[in-house]
Amino acid sequence: MTATTSTTSSTAAAPSRAAIRPELKPPSLLESSLIVVRRNLIHIKRMPEMLLDVTIQPVMFVLLFAYVFGGSIAVEGSNYREFLVPGIMAQTIAFSSFIVAIGLTNDLDKGIVDRLKSLPIHRASILVGRSVSSLIHSSIGITVMALTGLLVGWRIRGGVLDAVLAFGLMLLFGFAMIWLGILVGSLMRSVEAVQGMMFTVMFPLTFLANTFAPTENMPSWLRVVAEWNPISALVQACRDLWGNGLPAPADAAWPLQHAVPVTIAWCLIMTAVFAPLALRAFRQRSRD
Amino acid sequence: MTTTPAVEAIDLVKRFGETTAVDGVSFTVPQGSVLGLLGPNGAGKTTTVRMLTTLSVPTSGFARVAGYDVVEQPEEVRRSMGLTGQAATVDELLTARENLWLIGRLAGLPKRLIKPTSDELLERFSLTDAADRIVKTYSGGMRRRLDLSTSLIAAPPVLFLDEPTTGLDPRSRNDLWEVLRGLVREGTTLLLTTQYLEEADQLCNDIVVVDKGKVIAHGTPTQLKDQAGRASVVLTVTNHVDLSRAEELIRSVGSEVYAEPAARRLTVPAEGLAEMSRIGAVIDEAGIPVDDLGLQRPSLDDVFLHLTGHRAEDEPLDESDDETQLEGANR
Repeated sequence: MTATTSTTSSTAAAPSRAAIRPELKPPSLLESSLIVVRRNLIHIKRMPEMLLDVTIQPVMFVLLFAYVFGGSIAVEGSNYREFLVPGIMAQTIAFSSFIVAIGLTNDLDKGIVDRLKSLPIHRASILVGRSVSSLIHSSIGITVMALTGLLVGWRIRGGVLDAVLAFGLMLLFGFAMIWLGILVGSLMRSVEAVQGMMFTVMFPLTFLANTFAPTENMPSWLRVVAEWNPISALVQACRDLWGNGLPAPADAAWPLQHAVPVTIAWCLIMTAVFAPLALRAFRQRSRD
Repeated sequence: MTTTPAVEAIDLVKRFGETTAVDGVSFTVPQGSVLGLLGPNGAGKTTTVRMLTTLSVPTSGFARVAGYDVVEQPEEVRRSMGLTGQAATVDELLTARENLWLIGRLAGLPKRLIKPTSDELLERFSLTDAADRIVKTYSGGMRRRLDLSTSLIAAPPVLFLDEPTTGLDPRSRNDLWEVLRGLVREGTTLLLTTQYLEEADQLCNDIVVVDKGKVIAHGTPTQLKDQAGRASVVLTVTNHVDLSRAEELIRSVGSEVYAEPAARRLTVPAEGLAEMSRIGAVIDEAGIPVDDLGLQRPSLDDVFLHLTGHRAEDEPLDESDDETQLEGANR
């Protein structure tokens, strides 16, 4: 940690300026991360349109699916809108990886990361700051969607603790996705490339699940894939905890029968896989 | 007592796969002096600066900044230096004040000093009026000045500037030079890279000329100019077609000639007026129309030409002049 190590490293060079040089206290990892978070939040304040991806876009989805497709998708034991909201929330939180990736690629591209790395801070604070601000970013989206959901008829029917646990699972999933974002952000050379990746890989992945429609009516092989999709576990867990619809049917795959612990396990596994790869990619990009 | 040099590079090498971007560069920058790394695009200047500022790990070799090893003690190096990168890396969505706050706080400047130090720097760089505007609205010159002021917020004893004036108009460039001279008067050591020979001439005590990753010359501006001969005659012919004939004529009277077809220009190393009138006479006799004929004191441009056989700022004129050098490793 840099917090307590020596202050102005008695500068051997340039005595005249060293004499007037103020005493420096390099920030700790926590302090520098918070400074980076604040900088990223100023960005959102200056460009509120950055929030479109977690506000207008998912709200549109809620409305489109609820009113356009809603009538033709039958959900047992629940109305479709109630079924839908947890799905769209999960999709939004899965996209938090791209908020990280786009922000990181942008900073790498514009030389901001280099600038920060030339400073006496813990280099992890660049990533920690990026992750925390993107979780805040996604949380704004979740809040907006919860409010929209309430408007269209979504309700939390479970207990308070269960409800909080569901939101906690969303954030945990977002945390795991951040590592994927750092990995993608470190590997891609432009924001456009990241966006291309998002629409060709991530977008379909969030549909290949129980997010928008029940898995029961899918072809059997597809149903297996969808039910093993980590996003499905998260969605099922939230539906269970919020009391939106019936529990997973008896013939659903094992993860959906134990959605809460499986979601936690998926998050740990994804973090364990993506975090080392992400750190390696970021460090690799920093060595050249 | 010997003082530690501000910057010391010994045999630095950086390879990117097959490409060798920096190939054994060595130099020393004494405290309080200004060293210019001069060379064309892709010569390895940026890569060298990135290694010295701990942004890139050398493939081999060794370097110290303010007495600290860049690989072993990067933390101390970062505390002792400031870096102004090639592309004016300021945050476009922040105001000038917020940029100074960001870099100042991360550099470890105590909170209470941020405001007074920022005020002082904004004033000094004539940015006070624009201090609360978003940087996106700034001109190129203003961005550079802000970039420089953020690098100075923690008053680093060593400052690295990667092509600090590239893309600036002449007036902004002069202003920036003035600021840099002021820093040197206060005792800051500068290492700057430049493609502009005039800039190196104006600012630097020492110049290291690099080309294709290697140091090809090293000395004071005067020493380098002496190397290139005392003076030269520069002749510009009116019609492109006459160029090679003029070149042959001059060679026939026993002088060395460098031709630059694109500029229709011939440069002849010469001692003085006698040589110039002799060349004038030969060309006149042949009836070749001439735009300009004059005696030129050697510039660093000539130094470069002399050392490498190509001009620093020109595109390579003939294909033989390897293109690899232009692709160079600036990343």
